[in-house]
Amino acid sequence: MLEQVFSGGFSWFPLWNSLRIAAIASVLVFFLGILCAYYVARLPRLLKGILDVILTLPMVLPPTVCGYFLLLIFGVKRPLGMWLASLGIRVVMTWWGGIIASLVVSFPLMYRTARGAFEAFDQTLAYAGQTLGLSNTYIFWRIRMPACRQGILAGIVLAFARALGEYGATAMLIGYTPGRTATIATTVYQLWRTNDEAGAMFWVMINLLISTVVLLAVNMLEARQKKAVKA
Amino acid sequence: MSLEVNIRKQLGTFSLRADFACESGITGLLGASGCGKSMTLKCIAGIEKPDHGRIVLDGQVLFDSEKHICLPPQKRGVGYLFQQYALFPHMTVRQNILCGLHGEKDRDKKELQYRDAVDLLQLGGLEKHKPYQLSGGQQQRVALARILVSRPRLLMLDEPFSALDAHLRLKLQIEMKDLLNTLSTPVLMVTHARDEAYHMCERIAIMQDGLLLPPRPTKQLFADPRTVCASVLTGCKNQAAARKIGTYEMEVPEWNVRLTTSQPLRDDLCAVGIRAHYFHPLCPQNRLPVTLVREMEEPFEWVLQFRFPGQAEESQSLWWRLPKDKRPQSFPDTLGIAPVNVLPLYPLSSVDLSDEGNSIF
Repeated sequence: MLEQVFSGGFSWFPLWNSLRIAAIASVLVFFLGILCAYYVARLPRLLKGILDVILTLPMVLPPTVCGYFLLLIFGVKRPLGMWLASLGIRVVMTWWGGIIASLVVSFPLMYRTARGAFEAFDQTLAYAGQTLGLSNTYIFWRIRMPACRQGILAGIVLAFARALGEYGATAMLIGYTPGRTATIATTVYQLWRTNDEAGAMFWVMINLLISTVVLLAVNMLEARQKKAVKA
Repeated sequence: MSLEVNIRKQLGTFSLRADFACESGITGLLGASGCGKSMTLKCIAGIEKPDHGRIVLDGQVLFDSEKHICLPPQKRGVGYLFQQYALFPHMTVRQNILCGLHGEKDRDKKELQYRDAVDLLQLGGLEKHKPYQLSGGQQQRVALARILVSRPRLLMLDEPFSALDAHLRLKLQIEMKDLLNTLSTPVLMVTHARDEAYHMCERIAIMQDGLLLPPRPTKQLFADPRTVCASVLTGCKNQAAARKIGTYEMEVPEWNVRLTTSQPLRDDLCAVGIRAHYFHPLCPQNRLPVTLVREMEEPFEWVLQFRFPGQAEESQSLWWRLPKDKRPQSFPDTLGIAPVNVLPLYPLSSVDLSDEGNSIF
């Protein structure tokens, strides 16, 4: 295995593919999660409860079920899939389909942490900003977001980690095509299935390394937040 | 400079009703916690929306339910000092104050106004500090500087001293009053503390269960509170139901006494109030036999509780406060009250809501 890596016959594609899928999905999840968290937090109670369940479901459903729903929506024989195909966009069996799968599965993590942070926000800070003449947009990005930044950062890191480790929905939606849709997670399964234990172990190690770094980052953020609260 | 407020707001079973006008100077809103004082300020600031009514500041309509006018807080030009000051925690003192100058595009002017505010509120040397590094008094000054640079047409203070240590309060009240006197901005101040209201405000409006009574000059309000609620809020310790029996005489069945007053009584008299400081062992008028129940020593005063003979069982003992050096050798058998210190109290509904509120201004 290692000889392969050093002799050049080895493809780093799954790492690159996993990273780009997770990175793009995290950026999208960041904005979507914040937007939903901000608006849902101020809805009337009943509507809030219903939306909260729907938006959190992907976290508790098996990812394969999410993948199944995604196929129902984006499948090439489905209305939306057909319409997208007519525009030349194919979601199924392409690497950016992976972005959609990761986005759906990691969204609740961002949404819930951001909502928690927004609900803990002291509303009088926003009122103070308004009476000082600051625009609502300014208040959102320069006062509310910085005040909630630790919670939001923790959310984005968790969402990134989840997106990186996504297997079920990704496998359902984009499958495994070496060099085209393969991610770390699907590669590990494929290599193990084909009795390439050394190869599977290599990617497992890569995955462990990334996940450890991510979790360390989360812990550091939490420690900083506790310090900030004390101060 | 004038503010006219006529608003109604229903919140569950609580209903807010505030009709008043005020001009320059410091006007106080005095009321118990949860009576709707802060809600009134929030409606004026545009943070809360009243159900009905009108708010006019300097001739500009801020809110009018009939004409569907409701300016956003940003356009009202109303400064609001929050109880906990609401400084932005992640910004330095300088950044916090500059938030109030957001509309000023000219950099030099902005810097100049910033410097003026820092000098006025003695914040030099603290400019790079974050709010959590400041004391309560310093936080208050930063919050005030941040508001003043935005040049509000009306300044509203919500319990400005409640977050401060007791020993700092009086010092800061004096400083704040001096500062506010140098400004021409009218001030509306919410408080539940009697002394604070007396020190700071030229006029005080009493608020009870969501109903705001028209503002009255401070000394007049304390001398003649007129309602039970106002007498309690201005610190009157002894109240009891009473009825008129003569032009200058009333009967207090609960205490089993008759009292004479210096002002003619109205027929709808419902209660009497006597401040704990106003009983006097030597006063010849309203002399009544009393028996001591309990005494408590305070650092500089004695607090004595006593009862009248024949006072109803369920009726509370009365309070008498006196400076330590005025304490008689033994507790006197009788106490007197000057008729001017017998405060006649009337039902809230009969206190004419329009009589003074509008005639004063």
